[in-house]
Amino acid sequence: MTAWRTEGGTAIDRSRPLAFTFDGKAIDGFAGDTVASALLAGGVSVLARSFKYHRPRGLWGAGVEEPNALVDIAGGLPNTRATQVPAADGLVVRSVNAEPNAEKDRHAFLDAFSRFIPAAFYYKTFMFPDWHLFEPRIREMAGLGTLDEATKGPAFAEQVNQHCDVLVVGAGPSGLLAARKAARAGKRVVLCDDGRQVGGSLLFRAAVIEGKPGAEWAADVAAELERAGLRVLTGTTAFGIYDHRLVGLHQKAADGAPDRLWRIRARSIVLAAGAIERPLPFGNNDLPGVMSAEAALVYLRRFGVAAGRKVVIAANNGLAYETAEALAAAGADVTVVDYRADAASPAGLRVLKGLAVATAVGRSAVTAVKLSDGTVLEADALLASGGFTPTVHLYCQAQGKLDWRDDILAFVPGRSVDGVEVVGAAAGNFGLPAELAGGSERDFRIVAAWPKPGARERVWIDLQNDVTAKDVELAVRENFVSVEHLKRYTTLGMATDQGKTSNVNGLALMAELTGRRIPEVGTTTYRPPFTPVPLASFAGARSGTRMNPIRRLPLEAQHRADGAMFREYGGWLRPAFYGAGAPEERIQAEAQAAREGVALFDGSPLGKIDVMGPDAAPFLDFIYYNTMSTLAPGRCRYGFILTEAGNIYDDGVLMRLDENRFVVSCSSSHVAGVHGLLEEWRQDRFDKRRVFIHNVTAGMATLTVTGPRARALVESVGLSIALDDAALPHMAVVSGLFDGIAVRIARVSFTGERSYEISVPADRARALWARLRQAGEACGATLLGLEALMILRAEKGYIVIGKDTDGTSRPIDFGLTAPLERKKVAFIGRRSLITEDAAGPDRRQFVGLEAVDGKGVLPTGAHGIERKAGATRSLGYVTSSYFSPALRKPIALGLIERGLSRMGDIIELQHLRDVRQARIVPSCAFDEEGARLHA
Amino acid sequence: MQLFPCPFCGPRSESEFHFGGDAGNHRPEGFRDVTDGVWAAYLYERNNRRGAASEIWMHMACGEVFRMERDTVNHRVAQSVALGKGGGNDGMAH
Repeated sequence: MTAWRTEGGTAIDRSRPLAFTFDGKAIDGFAGDTVASALLAGGVSVLARSFKYHRPRGLWGAGVEEPNALVDIAGGLPNTRATQVPAADGLVVRSVNAEPNAEKDRHAFLDAFSRFIPAAFYYKTFMFPDWHLFEPRIREMAGLGTLDEATKGPAFAEQVNQHCDVLVVGAGPSGLLAARKAARAGKRVVLCDDGRQVGGSLLFRAAVIEGKPGAEWAADVAAELERAGLRVLTGTTAFGIYDHRLVGLHQKAADGAPDRLWRIRARSIVLAAGAIERPLPFGNNDLPGVMSAEAALVYLRRFGVAAGRKVVIAANNGLAYETAEALAAAGADVTVVDYRADAASPAGLRVLKGLAVATAVGRSAVTAVKLSDGTVLEADALLASGGFTPTVHLYCQAQGKLDWRDDILAFVPGRSVDGVEVVGAAAGNFGLPAELAGGSERDFRIVAAWPKPGARERVWIDLQNDVTAKDVELAVRENFVSVEHLKRYTTLGMATDQGKTSNVNGLALMAELTGRRIPEVGTTTYRPPFTPVPLASFAGARSGTRMNPIRRLPLEAQHRADGAMFREYGGWLRPAFYGAGAPEERIQAEAQAAREGVALFDGSPLGKIDVMGPDAAPFLDFIYYNTMSTLAPGRCRYGFILTEAGNIYDDGVLMRLDENRFVVSCSSSHVAGVHGLLEEWRQDRFDKRRVFIHNVTAGMATLTVTGPRARALVESVGLSIALDDAALPHMAVVSGLFDGIAVRIARVSFTGERSYEISVPADRARALWARLRQAGEACGATLLGLEALMILRAEKGYIVIGKDTDGTSRPIDFGLTAPLERKKVAFIGRRSLITEDAAGPDRRQFVGLEAVDGKGVLPTGAHGIERKAGATRSLGYVTSSYFSPALRKPIALGLIERGLSRMGDIIELQHLRDVRQARIVPSCAFDEEGARLHA
Repeated sequence: MQLFPCPFCGPRSESEFHFGGDAGNHRPEGFRDVTDGVWAAYLYERNNRRGAASEIWMHMACGEVFRMERDTVNHRVAQSVALGKGGGNDGMAH
């Protein structure tokens, strides 16, 4: 192809030249050029190598439909359509799937073997021993672009949600007309178009509308909309339509700013997405120099680039004549091959009627065109029009069904879809809308020119995925006659262009081969996205740590100042331990100090759900496994919450503050779940005017003082309460005052030591912590991180839900059966506790495990095993395992089959290849009588 | 993304809601007199109806549970109904 710059070009600004490189070669262009138009003008005819055969490929199209010209942009995204990348100074552009470059590709030899590698060749050939052995090498040879390792990826895309009355997709004449009508009727309208400018076909096809040139009319309509405060989104592709008229749009900023993802919920949608020109099925129709006739018109009128000097235009319809006349006027030598024998043609053009193109001639570019009657025409460009395919993707995504129209040889929208209207070329009306046309009609008569079986030359159906007519024939021979099978077997239409140019030709050939009509073959399912959308746009701001934001303590800064090492526990960032040095030593020292003196612990994430109202007590009787209505005001009780299936969902302490007011202290990682469960049952089973639930977890901080000297420390803080055991015994709760603010003090212990959990409004946490630290200095208080707390609670056999329980644990596995036997009222999960499984003898029960082999701490997760007749069977597993500083030996907890009735037994524990010996012991290893809780 | 009407907050995105199961899946009352079959049906049998369905949903933003009638084929929502004062055992699948 010897393309050249002509005069004019409405998209480019000749006063602003620019330069970039393509495969290392310098390319000049102008502001407004796309990479494609600049390459075309620069005489680059081979822009890419094809996916499978490494055939040289040039431009076919000018927009989103482009199947060939994929390029990598250094520092940007790979596999970008050159037709959609604005040319810019300094851009480094590289062809894809070509080594070292598109012009000279070392895999080009593959094309010589093409007859041996048809569709499914790889799957059939590389089956033994395993396709996966061959896959990497094959993928490397047949593939697309590569991601530049240095690419950081785009800055996160903004996401915008919007509602409107009317969303118009496509700003061509029909879309603009619909938008203007709706706007003038006072509707909130959003108009979008994937082009940088509104106008659609008016930007390159001649038209006079309402007395103005088409492009000017288009700009005026857009200006009118914007003056009315309505939104006109250019560079924006509506890529998907979802339930209830939600439309996804991807906006590519012109100035390098981050992409934007729009989610627009429209009361009604007007689809005016236009139509896409189809290739003609002649031999070698993939040669560089073969281009869509409409695309050639775009390059000429928009960018001032003529596709060739000696141009053959082949068409089976009348719309290509505009390209012919325009190129002739620009000075090209033009011959039209009109497939229609009886066509009316404009005067002054060389037109051959009733003939067809047999094959394009040339090695890596078109040099001649051979016609059906044997005539050979010398040419450097062959512009083809095989008819137009309405862009019905969004309509079909919205569950629309297509009808076939024989008069225009195209699928058009059939039955109406609620709230979705299709207009213009997308509906098969290829001329201007009647109210704008002013009586001038375009000649769009078309004759069929479908691919025929048995062609001697190779005829490409799908340019991007390298699918030829022979591949479709092969699929039919092998009985893949369903259109969905055809697609998967040959990969027709499965490339990133989603078959925009290829599908209908493929269906037509399939129809011919199977003796069906095209509508009987049908189309494959249309799915979003219409064009590729970067995943970063869907992610938006929710990437990295924002994917699942971590919850932070009100006292994080204070803990950091104290040298805390933070880890995530159940979604919260919490101090694991404090201070520098070997972590295990620090953890052991903290645990020991809490047993010997006193420790301060930040337990703020502890669940705090208020349950209030006259029916709160019966409500909680139903929620908990344990009977809670008998709890006296000012007292606390430990209990389980089960699922309806009878499994333990959560455990924790319930506090009764007064007759009608309780606090559910659930596991910190379970608050949302427990809250949801409480709400569901409250509204489903109880009078919701007599029970109220309020989650105050994040609103209150809970700071815990624990250890033998805890009372002395709390006393010196001064909370205006009596601390003697008569007034505040273990498992009691009182209200006190701290600096005039009400605080809650509970004698609840997760360490086995005398403990005071002090809950204050979160904004008072700093003051209270400071006071506790100050008081702690006199008592030699230590700071206790979560890791040391885990050791202390494990020494006592206190469980952590999800760690020491799994989804099958039931209360009976923890030796708790009293409520099942004695509780008078219904509760969640009760019926499930008397099933065969729940009462079975072989349940895994919660026990302690004591290493007896002198080899140190048992591995968490190690399975208890039983060997019988050469087979090994799991008896359960170790759930928690630590070195106990108080006992100076390893301790462990586990769920072991029939464990509670096997106390003293020694079992084997297997972890990977290691086998250990452990004795089954009671789960509580320290202070079994609980004397320290009261000390 | 569907648009669901919360009886209290109006139309909101589907992602704000939590599915609570078919409406009318009443909890069998009683204990030992409830057969395994009846209890298992309550726990596990789901209708997954094609077409018109009556379902329980929770709008997580306001915390209210309600019944919604919708079509599982064409996703049209007929109506959503607040659940009175509660206490009626509206039959959520818990």
